Amino acid sequence: MSAVATLLSGDAALLALAVAVAPLARKPQGGPIAYAGALAISSALLIVALVELLKPPAGEALALPLGLPWIGARFRIDALSAAFLVIVNLGGVAASLYGLGGYRGEQSPQRVLPFFPAFLAGMNLVLIADDAYAFLLSWEFMSIVSWALVMAHHREAANARAGYVYIVMASFGTLALLLAFALLAGPAGGYAFDVIRAGSPAPGVASLVFALALIGAGSKAGVVPLHVWLPLAHPAAPSHVSALMSGVMTKVAVYGFIRIVFDLAGPAAWWWSVPVLAVGAGSALIGVLYALMQHDLKRLLAYHTVENIGIIFIGLGLALAFKPFGMASAAALAMTAALLHAFNHSLFKSLLFMGSGAVLGATGERDMDHLGGLIHPMPKTALAFLVGCVAISALPPFNGFVSEWLTFQAILLSPDLPSWILKIMAPAVGALLALSAALAAACFAKAFGITFLGRPRTSSASQARETGRLILAAMALFAALCLVVGVVPGLFIDALAPAVSGAIGARMPGQSTIAWLSIAPIAESRSSYNGLLVFLFIVVSASLAASVIHRFASDALRRAPAWDCGFPDPIPATQYSAESFAQPIRRVFGAVAFETDERVDMPAPGDLRPARLDVTLRDRIWDRLYAPLIRGVEEVSLRLNRLQFLTIRQYLSVVFGALVMLLVVLAIWP
Amino acid sequence: MIVDLVFQLLQMTLVIAVAPLLTGLVRATKARLLRRRGPPLIQAYRDLVRLARKEAVVADTASWLFRFVPYLVFAATWVAAALVPTFATGLLFSWSADLIAIVALLGGARFFLALAGLDVGTSFGGLGSSREALFGALAEPAMIVIVFTLALVAGSTQLSTVAAHMVQAHVGLRVSLGMALVALIIVAVAENGRVPVDNPATHLELTMVHEAMILEYSGRHLAVIELAAMLKLVLYISLIACVFAPWGLAIADASVADRLFGAVAYLIKLAVAGVALGVFETSIAKMRIFRVPDFVGAALMLGFLGALLLFVSRTLK
Amino acid sequence: MKGLEFDVAHLLAGGLVLISFVLLYQNRLYALLNVYALQSVVLSLSVAWQAYVQDASHLYATAFIALAFKAIIVPYALHRIIAELGIHRDVENVVGVGPTMLVGLALVALAEVVMLRIATDADVLAREDLAFALSVVLIGMLMMVVRRNAVSMVVGFMSLENGLILAATAAKGMPLVVEIAVAFSVLVALVVIGVFLYRISERFETVDALALDRFRGEQK
Repeated sequence: MSAVATLLSGDAALLALAVAVAPLARKPQGGPIAYAGALAISSALLIVALVELLKPPAGEALALPLGLPWIGARFRIDALSAAFLVIVNLGGVAASLYGLGGYRGEQSPQRVLPFFPAFLAGMNLVLIADDAYAFLLSWEFMSIVSWALVMAHHREAANARAGYVYIVMASFGTLALLLAFALLAGPAGGYAFDVIRAGSPAPGVASLVFALALIGAGSKAGVVPLHVWLPLAHPAAPSHVSALMSGVMTKVAVYGFIRIVFDLAGPAAWWWSVPVLAVGAGSALIGVLYALMQHDLKRLLAYHTVENIGIIFIGLGLALAFKPFGMASAAALAMTAALLHAFNHSLFKSLLFMGSGAVLGATGERDMDHLGGLIHPMPKTALAFLVGCVAISALPPFNGFVSEWLTFQAILLSPDLPSWILKIMAPAVGALLALSAALAAACFAKAFGITFLGRPRTSSASQARETGRLILAAMALFAALCLVVGVVPGLFIDALAPAVSGAIGARMPGQSTIAWLSIAPIAESRSSYNGLLVFLFIVVSASLAASVIHRFASDALRRAPAWDCGFPDPIPATQYSAESFAQPIRRVFGAVAFETDERVDMPAPGDLRPARLDVTLRDRIWDRLYAPLIRGVEEVSLRLNRLQFLTIRQYLSVVFGALVMLLVVLAIWP
Repeated sequence: MIVDLVFQLLQMTLVIAVAPLLTGLVRATKARLLRRRGPPLIQAYRDLVRLARKEAVVADTASWLFRFVPYLVFAATWVAAALVPTFATGLLFSWSADLIAIVALLGGARFFLALAGLDVGTSFGGLGSSREALFGALAEPAMIVIVFTLALVAGSTQLSTVAAHMVQAHVGLRVSLGMALVALIIVAVAENGRVPVDNPATHLELTMVHEAMILEYSGRHLAVIELAAMLKLVLYISLIACVFAPWGLAIADASVADRLFGAVAYLIKLAVAGVALGVFETSIAKMRIFRVPDFVGAALMLGFLGALLLFVSRTLK
Repeated sequence: MKGLEFDVAHLLAGGLVLISFVLLYQNRLYALLNVYALQSVVLSLSVAWQAYVQDASHLYATAFIALAFKAIIVPYALHRIIAELGIHRDVENVVGVGPTMLVGLALVALAEVVMLRIATDADVLAREDLAFALSVVLIGMLMMVVRRNAVSMVVGFMSLENGLILAATAAKGMPLVVEIAVAFSVLVALVVIGVFLYRISERFETVDALALDRFRGEQK
């Protein structure tokens, strides 16, 4: 059976599983059936996707007689799809494993279990769709099913609002994509992707398609300013679904962008890179600044997804800048950096969401200010979470560093670009990228430190227990992958090369053949990095230092109360909280980014009441962009509401008038 | 191959051996300028040995991370320091990590030290960690834009290539390099916790950053962390020396005599830098904490300007 | 014979349009129903002639159905409903008769222009018939819009259906299935509207649309 057929039958199996599980959801065996089935199917699809990625692409299409009668539905796998299929199904495997371990803690299983396999199926279908109709149908299906999952705990008002904002933004994104595909298909209505590829749109039309694709796919990926739904929706869903939404669904959106802009819209204009770079750098900085201000663990992770999507879009923007000027190898480097970062992000973000889900399951708390000291009762979870934090902060020898390093190398190739705007933007983007990377490290030092280190701040934190083995296995798998990708990145870069050459038409030089498993993106004399050696050096020097000192100096250890400069405080509330940790950064960046307002209410001397500190942060994007839009829509709908209260005759007049007008138009139309 | 390996190992031991001496020199200079006799130059070695021999006292609330971090920080800083050319470039493993990786390794060390500060659950640790997070968030991008500038001048981010370029090619006085030098000095001062950013000799909470994070450490753990801090100072001075004062640096495949000469030159440069640092620290006062972002932000701006000038001037070449 | 066929069809379709104008002009309920019955008779004649011209025998059945249902059964049923409910009033128009007729003429012109535009390469006979059919449809809608009485709105709706059937037969090759569906829809519409009228009458003792509006709580 060809690979496409296998994937389609896998998706059909997932949909069948979803339907089968729906009546069983409330019974105790519903959870294991759903998640074990999803696990098995996702693993099979992962293997198929890996095989497709690594062997030369065959790329035959499969047409199914579904959908619209004169279009049908076409499906195809090429290297780009295969790369993203690996990401989706790997995430599916981990999330299913997590679900298998944690399904007992789910309060409303009938709202989660049927939709989980359907969500996986939807994402897989988007990636293999070969015509506009199948693509959009799968895209909407994916959005609606994930909306259902977001609304799983809809009794809480915050979740209901999150679902509402999400469905509005998702529909808006689909509308933009619909228009983009309509423009690409043209009046002839050629919706199949190879028909679109064969024709080349006019430059104006292509630019419009690009803008619509950026808006549509970008809003699903979470670029600023279309990101507002992400920090609301991702935390509202159950933890393994949040892992899928943040780690995997955003990558499907990135795939949509790459497919339309790099593949279908014809040759790119160089100035397309300017908005993409601007949006990428903006998302990176704004995302991490917002993340730093959060004290809800899941919301912090969701905002941070915005930052990483920004980094991916920076890579894509650089590829868009290099390609039209014929700098093929530089474009390949930038695209490889973007794709590798997409893969890395799916790994560590899913890992972190699973960790926060484990914490939530063990303590019932998501707020970091109610946690603390969890490293003692939950050491394995803490270790996996620590690996995720180190990886996402782009520290060697883990994988986050490799993709950021590649992005920096791509930026360093940009002085050769002939455009002035790009020459000025590139170092600015590089500086912003470095700034957001450093802030990300601060953010995750806070996230790990406040949650897992220190002393427990509430009783739910002190009474936590270690999570189940399956959840730990899922996290351990991803943590190990983070290390492996960081230590032997050359193999993964070579694996992504077919996808890169599919999108750009060029690829990076083969990395697996370089000595000692280093990577040298341009040439060995130019710059190289060897993750394995760095890892070995660190391990060897640390062990050497430890053993030398233990042997020759002393290895005596004594436990005692903390020194704390001689004034130890028994109350755990005196240790730093999430807001306190971010306070210096908030002081420096807050006035510009959030209009922070700090008010201190000090009681007069002799007054015994406690002092009060109020910090308000305003979301500037919501205030400037969304609030006026919402007010405008409400105004207009209030005016139009009068149409609800017409008489029968007036309704008939409206219909009649419309008919007459259309006939007049038909008569006059040249 | 064996000779190269020997020289690589020699470099790694040299930086460790020399680090406490440099710190001793800085302290001695400051003492003399303050009209004190001051401790002998080898006092730092004695301190380290003394600390290492003591029993380590660890807080009840500390976790395994607390005991792990000193060795991790030391390892990261040592690996980074071993990659910076001191007496010769093009050593055996110099291609395994470039400048960006060195900056990231130091960032990793800072990350773990911040975690250690939060581990015991005292407010002093949080104080130090949060301030260090802020300074790092500004100093690291400044370092990266400086790396951009150097990479654009030398054509590579590999430190050996940069140093070799500076030695051999006639680079001359370029505005971007001047800006990069000033920015690098500012970043070095900030990252090493020297006056005006942090006072390494104090334990007052208003003035602590690095000291606050390591407040709970004692015994051998403290010794390892102090050695790592000394190594970091050596690293930054070596970095400034090999890029901006590369005279005497032996390039790849040089003879043993050249390398020996390079080692002597390096020690002289270290001594000069140590004295200069001592003079600098005694001459100015420490800044308020919230003036430091302006200070480091100035480094970021300078580095960015330098990089921008190079980016834009590519067409004129 | 081409000329004769064309003339007779043209005559019948034109007759249908003329009767629609009469419907528009009529303001007494019983007269309205009688004119509607006449329209249905003319429709069935037109359909029968089309059957003869196109040599399509199934259209004879359609003509018979139109005659039976629309010319006899439906007007009779409506007569009974009106008698039972005791509605004998005159029908009031919103707009005066003059302007209404003018608008009707404009609609006929519009229908002609549209048909000329879109059916340029169709058979002349078919095109003319379609234009007249569209005119009947539009005039039927106009009737629904300018009348105040719910029964006359219903009659307008049924006259609209007549126009649709004329259009269906003017286009050659439409199968019988569609016609039965159309007939059934008319019957169902009648039943629903009849029930509706009974209900309204029971609750409010009137089917005058203006009076109904008053009970909605809005004053227009």
